[in-house]
Amino acid sequence: MSEHDAPIVSLRDVHVRFGRGASVRAVDGVDLEVRRGEVLALVGESGCGKTTLIRSIIGLEPVASGSIEVDGHAVTRDARSLRRLRRRVQMIFQDPTGALDPRHTIHEAVAEGLRIHRVPGDEAALVADALARAGLRPPERYVRRFPHELSGGQRQRVLIAAAMALDPAVLLADEPVASLDASIRGEVLALMRSFVDDHGVSIVAVTHDLGLAWNIADRVAVMYLGRIVEVGPTEEVLAAPQHPYTRALLSVVPETRRLEQQILHGETPDPSRIPAGCRFHPRCPVVASGEAARLGIEARCRGEDPTLTERAPGHTAACHL
Amino acid sequence: MSGVVRAEVSRRALARARRRVAWGDALGRLRRDRLALAGLAVLVLVALMALFAPWLVDDAGLDAVDSLDNPTWARPGGDFLLGTDHLGRSVAAQFVYGARVSLFVGLAATVLTVAIGTIVGIFAGFSGRWVDATLMRLTDWFLVIPFLPLAIVLASVLGRGIWNIVFVISVTSWPATARLVRAQVLTVKERLYVDRARALGASRAHVVRRHVLPNVTPLILASATLAVPISILTETTLAFLGLGDPTQPSWGKTLEEAFQAGAIGRNAWWYYLPAGLGIVTVVLAFTVFGRALEEILDPRLRER
Repeated sequence: MSEHDAPIVSLRDVHVRFGRGASVRAVDGVDLEVRRGEVLALVGESGCGKTTLIRSIIGLEPVASGSIEVDGHAVTRDARSLRRLRRRVQMIFQDPTGALDPRHTIHEAVAEGLRIHRVPGDEAALVADALARAGLRPPERYVRRFPHELSGGQRQRVLIAAAMALDPAVLLADEPVASLDASIRGEVLALMRSFVDDHGVSIVAVTHDLGLAWNIADRVAVMYLGRIVEVGPTEEVLAAPQHPYTRALLSVVPETRRLEQQILHGETPDPSRIPAGCRFHPRCPVVASGEAARLGIEARCRGEDPTLTERAPGHTAACHL
Repeated sequence: MSGVVRAEVSRRALARARRRVAWGDALGRLRRDRLALAGLAVLVLVALMALFAPWLVDDAGLDAVDSLDNPTWARPGGDFLLGTDHLGRSVAAQFVYGARVSLFVGLAATVLTVAIGTIVGIFAGFSGRWVDATLMRLTDWFLVIPFLPLAIVLASVLGRGIWNIVFVISVTSWPATARLVRAQVLTVKERLYVDRARALGASRAHVVRRHVLPNVTPLILASATLAVPISILTETTLAFLGLGDPTQPSWGKTLEEAFQAGAIGRNAWWYYLPAGLGIVTVVLAFTVFGRALEEILDPRLRER
């Protein structure tokens, strides 16, 4: 593997725990790589730990065990290396309204990162350039405004402009369009895609919406209860899902009517009580329908934690099936 | 090299220009708020009166010895604009000089109260854990001490000087501000924009300076505008109980002396009314102006 092909972000057996006695295992042993210049969609239902996972990549959540490397540098708790990391990695948030300080003008919001990292050059020009690249044109019209004077889509563009003004190698996007109108979602996604195609940035986009993954992602990683259960190229994962959980997620996306709808039953996943064996088995339709018993794997489903195994080149899934 | 320097200069110039615009904006808003302007006008008038007291009235009118030849209980009008008291002293002189003490004590005690409260509140709220626990137990301790006994003890231990009154008021009233500021810091700390600032690489100092402080400022101001009238009233209370500075006329002391001299029974309204109205007017003016200030400093309140 040449230097250029080395992953920009790599996670090795990452655990993040919360609560008293670290009883909540929000992220429970994740191995994942993000390649240079790709969009990786991190998919899963609410509470599966996907937001926690990307927050740990930028050092906002302390890692209990395991290691995270960004561009060859380990993510640590050390203030100076965190500051360096937070120039290479940037993040945008689900709720652009809450992520902007209501007292700061748009100029100040975009200039904040430039000031923190003492980026040389004319601040006003850099801010204007960043706003223009994020599609807020002409930038002069926005710099003196306050966040509450902008629409939701414009606020998300401001956040994108502020993040991209630092010229990061990795952009973490936490549900970037979930709070936006459907009509604006496409534009914002296209904008993010353009940063990948034009500037070579890598994006990790957290979403509960497989449709979004279909739209912009090169690869999809499916997460369930703190663990990655399936990873692969977008077309493959969406066309030939290997994990029953992925299949269930796909079956309720309106665009994929070809799959029979599977509504998941059973207890809602609770990261403080992760089931033994395959963590998905209490809700797994394969186990519930008796198919697992017929195939003679039910005992393993209940007793043995599956690891990611390769199903097709670059396509892995963690299932005994 | 010169390019860098030039960029630096132009950046500073830009910041100045933006600040100018923001200030012009704030003044424009204030100009449209008539109630706040009225409050401000009253405060400016009282402040001017306090500042130029020696030019407005003769301070000989404060001294009982110098006032021996004056008529006692003189009604307003004639030689004395607001009449005289039981010792023949000019009520007008006491009112004008009393404004000095009342305003000074009110403002000084507020500055000290808010300073202590804000520092403690921000430290407790932002540090968390044992720093928070320790500071809050200390705050609770001050909060549960009954105010008047403590004030009386402090005033008698420290002696009856004007600075001691300022000290007594601040020491007994900072816990309320500290709790308020801490609560606000705790909510601001959890806001997404603080997360974003951290994700941008901001240090704790940066977060406090650029996000926490600006977002607790309206609260501090609101608490200060409440603290000024409370401080003035506390000074009045202490003076009324005879714990004020005996060498300085304050509105509270005027009320005390009027009460002791039986001005109410004599129906000598000119003796106690100016000081009483002075207190009410200044307290009201501070409140009205403070609210307007808060509205200007918080962009989200502007739409109302």
